[in-house]
Amino acid sequence: MKRIRIFLMMVLVCLVTKLSAQSPKPISKSVMENGKTIYLSRCLACHQVDGGGVPHLNAPLDGASAVIAADKAKLIRIVLKGYSDRVEIDGEYYSNNMSAHADLKDQQVADVLTYIRNSWSNKATAVTAAEVKAVRAKLK
Amino acid sequence: MRKSISLCLLALGLSVSQLFAHSGDSTKLASKAILPDADNAGLKLPAGFGALKVADSIGRARHIAITDKGTIYVKLARLVNGKGIVMLRDNDGDGRAEEKGSFGEFGGTGIAISGKWLYASSDEEVFRYALTPEGSLVNPMSPQKIITGLINRRQHESKSIALDGKGNIYVNIGAFSNSCQEKDRGKGAKGMMPCPILDSAGGIWKFDTEKSNQTYGDGKRFATGLRNVVGLDWNKQNNQLFVMQHGRDQLHDLFPDLYDEKASAEKPAETMYALKEGSNAGWPYIYFDPELKQKIVAPEYGGDGKKVSTDPAFQDPAIAFPAHMAPNALLFYTGNQFPAKYKNGAFVAFHGSWNRAPLPQEGYFVAFVPFENGKPTGQWEIFANGFAGVEVVTGTRGAQHRPCGLAQGPDGSLYVTDDSKGTIYRIMYNGK
Ligand code: HEC
Repeated sequence: MKRIRIFLMMVLVCLVTKLSAQSPKPISKSVMENGKTIYLSRCLACHQVDGGGVPHLNAPLDGASAVIAADKAKLIRIVLKGYSDRVEIDGEYYSNNMSAHADLKDQQVADVLTYIRNSWSNKATAVTAAEVKAVRAKLK
Repeated sequence: MRKSISLCLLALGLSVSQLFAHSGDSTKLASKAILPDADNAGLKLPAGFGALKVADSIGRARHIAITDKGTIYVKLARLVNGKGIVMLRDNDGDGRAEEKGSFGEFGGTGIAISGKWLYASSDEEVFRYALTPEGSLVNPMSPQKIITGLINRRQHESKSIALDGKGNIYVNIGAFSNSCQEKDRGKGAKGMMPCPILDSAGGIWKFDTEKSNQTYGDGKRFATGLRNVVGLDWNKQNNQLFVMQHGRDQLHDLFPDLYDEKASAEKPAETMYALKEGSNAGWPYIYFDPELKQKIVAPEYGGDGKKVSTDPAFQDPAIAFPAHMAPNALLFYTGNQFPAKYKNGAFVAFHGSWNRAPLPQEGYFVAFVPFENGKPTGQWEIFANGFAGVEVVTGTRGAQHRPCGLAQGPDGSLYVTDDSKGTIYRIMYNGK
């Protein structure tokens, strides 16, 4: 009986640790606030307050599959290098040029991306300064 | 199976033949009173005016042209079922179109009728289709390509057109840039001197309507220094081309030390120009400040937000409007249906802004600009409003409809297109 109880306890502990490893770390308020500050000064003009973009001109960020996707390197590249590939984005084309924001620090790029990945209807893992640093190194 | 195929072919044949042949009896224009929609199609209009929806959800309806018998042609930005021009007809005289056809395998913005021809543009080329006296197409399958090879860098790429009725067609070639910076929209980036874009874009080019396959070498740069023109019209009183320029944007994002967010939202003006051959409106070197009422040196070219340009090469606007409202169509009203004050004045369709954020967006209406002796009086007023369907547009996505094209019907009604939901509005005067 005792054995069984210990076994069950172990299973429970395993489950709990597994679960906590899977669910993303909660995003700190300060990261979201920093991200928002950068969004307001650098991105808002084109992507708008509601993240809805401008039809046929500037791609929406709210609900965009690429914004919440696992491929964070792509998002980092877009911010560092700018974007005017004119590829189809979720079935539409956009005809403005997004300029590069390479002058932003690694932490700032990380925070603004974390912000857009977790604003409006979006929900996704955070982007870290280390991830930005790694992508930036490859661009040079 | 056989049967269904032949039925299919029959249906196809019928719809094509509808485009070819059309008897003029359908246009019982004004023969019976056309009633506006109960809610005036959602529009706010001056007293005595009413509106109805001629058609809805036809695609991204850009510019519109109407024959003298009332057949409507609308250019779509993107193809719907492989076609880029929609034909609409009201056969029973109630003002709403029940006959619809489509043709033309190209998306674009420009469309206009002159003489017996329907002209339409893609973002690189201009075509024309011969019209029958009833306003149908002689051959919808094989238009004549009159202009080709125009620059399309996917920014300000639409090629709007206007005709002078004397064998010339005027084509806007927008600048593929905001302000000709070394890096487009780069924070603090300098302007290129001279701006190389102006050689092949940023102006109005003039071509011959009668020649095929013309390109830059065959045409002539008629006017320059125009960042992007979407709305333009030939004024028959003055025999002169008038254009509406979309002013540059992002003054604050690019030069935060010189412009705060409010200044950026309110500068520069959207401007109307009365062009002559050789006109230069000054882009990218200057912009027109609606508050200072002056041409101001652009920050990319040594301006500090206040420095007035004294360069005599740059023309003053005929009239200036608030910033960023995006004038997408211009129409001189020559009809007799509307009250006398509208005659020979200009309607301007403002598509609505996006670059006023974080301030609320503006525009999303059709304005009226009174003219006297071929010149704007200096005043303007909102004529038709309510397209957006919301009181305040904060994000552009929130606007339901966005006015984009204008045309005058044979009875003097004003038609407005919407490239968001694809609605075609008809505005009529029924006051006394
Ligand atoms: C000058 C306008 C402009 C500014 C400012 C701007 N963007 Fe963009 N953005 C665009 C345009 C236009 C596209 C689409 C480009 C294309 O299709 O070629 C885009 C695309 C994107 C995408 C890809 C969306 C998708 O679904 O693939 C992301 C992510 C993005 N922007 C993030 C940002 C961030 C973060 C900022 C601020 C640091 C920013 N943008 C600033 C215009 C802008």
